[in-house]
Amino acid sequence: MTVSTAGMKRDGPMPDDEGEPLLILRNVGKTFSNGVTALADVDLTIRQGDFLSLLGPSGCGKSTVLRLIAGLTTPTSGTLDWRKALGEDCVGFVFQEPTLLPWADVFDNVWLPLRLRGRSRAEAASAVGTLLERVRLTGFEKAMPRELSGGMKMRVSIARALVTKPRLLLMDEPFAALDEITRFRLNDDLLDLWQEQHFTVVFVTHSVFESVFLSSRIAVMAARPGRVFDEIAVETPQPRSEAFRTSPDYAALCRQASDVLLGAINQAPAGARNGGR
Amino acid sequence: MAAVEERRSAALALDPEEARRARGARLERVGRWLLPILIMVAAVWLWDRLCVWNEIPRYILPRPGVVAATLITDRALLFSSLLVTLRITFLSLLLAVFGGVGLAILFTQSKWVEMSFFPFAIVLQVTPIVAIFPLINIYVDNQTAKLLLCSWIVAFFPILSNTTLGLNSVDRNLLDLFRLNGASRWQQLRLLKLPAAMPYFLGGLKIAGGLSLIGAVVAEFVAGASGQSSGLASRIIEAGYRLNAPRLFAALFLISLTGILIFLALSLVSHLALRRWHESALSAER
Repeated sequence: MTVSTAGMKRDGPMPDDEGEPLLILRNVGKTFSNGVTALADVDLTIRQGDFLSLLGPSGCGKSTVLRLIAGLTTPTSGTLDWRKALGEDCVGFVFQEPTLLPWADVFDNVWLPLRLRGRSRAEAASAVGTLLERVRLTGFEKAMPRELSGGMKMRVSIARALVTKPRLLLMDEPFAALDEITRFRLNDDLLDLWQEQHFTVVFVTHSVFESVFLSSRIAVMAARPGRVFDEIAVETPQPRSEAFRTSPDYAALCRQASDVLLGAINQAPAGARNGGR
Repeated sequence: MAAVEERRSAALALDPEEARRARGARLERVGRWLLPILIMVAAVWLWDRLCVWNEIPRYILPRPGVVAATLITDRALLFSSLLVTLRITFLSLLLAVFGGVGLAILFTQSKWVEMSFFPFAIVLQVTPIVAIFPLINIYVDNQTAKLLLCSWIVAFFPILSNTTLGLNSVDRNLLDLFRLNGASRWQQLRLLKLPAAMPYFLGGLKIAGGLSLIGAVVAEFVAGASGQSSGLASRIIEAGYRLNAPRLFAALFLISLTGILIFLALSLVSHLALRRWHESALSAER
């Protein structure tokens, strides 16, 4: 399937390199020391300004792709070809759990990435304040994580990932543990932030509906061994509103994505099932 | 706070079951303090009566009143001994904290160091101190150093073992986050591992507080047998030789009281350090 950015209308000044390849994964494979092949021959291009979702069943190596991109692990084979040099500050990571420091208040948690780069509390205050305002948590600076709801914790986690102004935001099923109402709200917030700040997102999910609502592109992955099965371009223009969630277009796209996902799931793993490819 | 709650429950129209539960909770709050005190008073009374009914001589089992009187008459002697014991206890606890935490940090810097040295710490821990002390007695001349070493060996292990566990139980995602943000080893230790290990360390500290007192007393017992020490334990031995049971009991009482106070103080420290975030220190809100 073709990849297109034609429909991606975004607010604000658009960087010149929008749509240019940022990172190309070529034949990337990962085998763990226990013999499990998590990924085999993954080919994937991440473009500047993309909202790319990695959609697939559990165990298809979605998170491993994310960890490879983050540099938290190295590929066994193949290459990660960075087309734009990203500084150290330029990758943000949001985990499945909020993963906050339980002993630190909201401000300190968001400050953490800047603190690790040697920025004092006073120097970081305005950046932290701005982001907390963006995720609607102004006034909660002194609150401890245990005092917050699941959705609020996740918003703190997103603010923390964005406080260094990363060009690439990696998200590993960040909303999987939240209730549906909270998840919808956070989806909207995330899209707003994405349009406003022009970062690139790689978003791991196992929800067809979430991936269609958020993404400009969906890479459907198959398991055993993990690989990219197919790609779907979602050309619905941004900003996407609540109306999109109930539109026929959305339903059709979900259907299409579901079909591809089913194909990926039913496709027999090599040698494991009769008639497998 | 409790007053507010009570007013609120009074204002609410409660069904019988909820009302019973609220009454139960109030009773439990009072009973938690009252019951142990009542039992203690009853036990002391029974002790006193047993002495009277059986006409037990005071050099075998003194009546509680006699012990209390001895606490006052012998106060100069007993409290100066208490100070000696306390000094050893707190110094050894301090050393145990530094030694235990320091070693734990060293252990977490390298798996190899931990693998190599942890067994030695265990050997030191499981060998009864009474059996090691004669050796220490031969090799160490200084009396204070002797007692300190003995008490330290007993007290440092829970701190070492708990802190090591704490430093190793950091959330893996948080470790990844620190790596992603280019944190140095020092930053990782200071901002992530040490705070994460805090509840474990404080748990170890509570155990070590009691053990350092036990270590100090045991060391004094062994050293006191050769007449070199003047701590509370040596008062007990001395009183035993002289059949001065009231003083023996008074000294014993002081040791118990010290142990209780150390435990309460360390519990308070632990509560103050953890109350803002750790589950163990949170009041039951729901």
